[in-house]
Amino acid sequence: MASIDINQVSKLYDGGVKAVNAVDIQIADGEFIVLVGPSGCGKSTLLRMVAGLESISEGVVRIGDRVVNTVEPADRDIAMVFQNYALYPHMTVRQNMAYGLKNRKTPKAEIDARVDEAARMLELQPYLDRRPRALSGGQRQRVAMGRAIVRKPAAFLFDEPLSNLDAKLRVSMRVEIRKLQRRLGTTSIYVTHDQLEAMTLADRLVVLNGGRIEQIGTPLEVYHTPASTFVASFIGSPAMNLITGHIDGNRLAIWPVGFTFDDEAAYRGEVTVGLRAEDLTVAAPGQPYLPFRVDYVEELGAVRLVHGFVGDQALCASLPVATALSGEMRLGVDPQKFHFFDREGRRLALPFAKARMTFGAEAATVSA
Amino acid sequence: MYKTKFFDHVILIVGCLLMLAPIIVAFTTSTHSAPEIHQKGLMLSLGDNFGETYHKVLFAQTGFNGTVTGLSMMLNSLILGLGFACGKIVLSMLAAYAIVYFRFRFATLAFWMIFTTLLLPLEVRIMPSYQVMSELHLLNTYTGLILPLLASATGTFFFRQFFKSVPEELLEAARIDGAGPVKFFIDILLPLSRSMIAAVFIIMFVYGWNQYLWPILMTTDESFFTLMRGIKQILQVWVGAQIPDYNEAFAMAVLAMLPPVLIVVVFQSWFIKGLTETDK
Repeated sequence: MASIDINQVSKLYDGGVKAVNAVDIQIADGEFIVLVGPSGCGKSTLLRMVAGLESISEGVVRIGDRVVNTVEPADRDIAMVFQNYALYPHMTVRQNMAYGLKNRKTPKAEIDARVDEAARMLELQPYLDRRPRALSGGQRQRVAMGRAIVRKPAAFLFDEPLSNLDAKLRVSMRVEIRKLQRRLGTTSIYVTHDQLEAMTLADRLVVLNGGRIEQIGTPLEVYHTPASTFVASFIGSPAMNLITGHIDGNRLAIWPVGFTFDDEAAYRGEVTVGLRAEDLTVAAPGQPYLPFRVDYVEELGAVRLVHGFVGDQALCASLPVATALSGEMRLGVDPQKFHFFDREGRRLALPFAKARMTFGAEAATVSA
Repeated sequence: MYKTKFFDHVILIVGCLLMLAPIIVAFTTSTHSAPEIHQKGLMLSLGDNFGETYHKVLFAQTGFNGTVTGLSMMLNSLILGLGFACGKIVLSMLAAYAIVYFRFRFATLAFWMIFTTLLLPLEVRIMPSYQVMSELHLLNTYTGLILPLLASATGTFFFRQFFKSVPEELLEAARIDGAGPVKFFIDILLPLSRSMIAAVFIIMFVYGWNQYLWPILMTTDESFFTLMRGIKQILQVWVGAQIPDYNEAFAMAVLAMLPPVLIVVVFQSWFIKGLTETDK
């Protein structure tokens, strides 16, 4: 068990492409960190640099107090779980799990004890003498995890371990991984492109885009205070509505609707307003509302996602199933729940968002 | 599913007959005596000289100094075939391993250089090869018979393609599990290549077994004669009114066929797997 310190790490490929760009992450002992981002954002490359499977072009990686930049993967005291399991097809489950220990000259009795323990933890006992070929996807993934566990490493590295499983199995394996990690208390780095997996597993999330860190934070921090439009649209399903507005003095104009702040805003000009689908409601009669033109509806069972337009900007609202639908609806919004992003897509400073906002009486009734 | 029809069977049976007929004729003819064959030509009926002929071919001492038997020639062929196949497999596996898994400059160039040697058959370089062996004093040795033929572009190519199809993660998992290059090769790659090895083994064994030109050049000492040479030797005794021992030549040809057939039969399921298997 150990902390991991990723300090200004970059990966340069031939031709000057920076796959990972000056990334800084301090991972505490026992923490579960999830690296999340779209394909090509450098999350796997970063993980592989920690594992030692890719060379580190710039920066320093420390595991414990040891700089591991030039240390062989086997000597970094880490274990890795791969997307396609990477089990040795000609070895039985037991041999697969024991291989790493055998190479480290662990005494036979100890190997057996550790493999048995891991097999018990992962409920793999009946399959110990089978070949990977004779196992299902979920079982293979468990063997891959068993192979990591028996080593008792300082850190687990997961490279999209659940991507090859079907949706149902993915959910149950997700829970298992989380429980297991809690129980063992081993520092873990987990790479995924699935924001739901990221949210449910992580102690802290690292959102990556184009080789750079967009935001680091707990799942709730990231969800409720996204640091950029990228994070806002990547984390959360459905994606956060991002709408262009305009701030002038204490007035905010979005859609055909205007809002008035109590105080003068410290920002003027074009602004991106973020609004979560679940923060939209049906306006109570007599309340200010947004005129909403319904385009189509996605039924999710528990809620329904209503897609449509306010003015010429697309919007998605998550409404209770009981809501009566019509072609033109009146949506209520709470300006407190607006997120603001500047022209570069970065979150605007908090004092601004905290300012109490009220609907301008005349603005709210302006229609398209 | 395709249902086999009568006509399909006809085609297959005709095909089988075409392939088998010469072998059957060779066998039946070999059971007659030499003068009979000389008079009547090839024969389909079984003669009554089976035991005598085959015994003579296998055990009778022939050659100028009378030390060579069919059995010893067969042993030579076997040594040549096995040494050839095993050596080629070891060499081409190691070459492919280096080309696929080690990043060094000119790796691709090295591969293509090996690959282009496919275009140069033994016959093209037979004189220089002979000279090299002769100057190394390796004429009339097993080493001299086998060594110059070991480099195999075909084998290297087969193994290269196979290694390329082994998932990258397997290597990475092994690296994290603490397996160095040698360990990875022996513990992981070798067992995975089993069926591929079997396939290459069959091809190379048969190729080695059938070598004719090279052994003729390399060996003048009769104790190194292979079966292929032996067959020719039998037919080379046309002196005066002596009739060549056709029966013995046929018998030896039939015997010479057996080991390769045996190898193919034993390894055939692996052979097919090795060339077609994709599940790793």
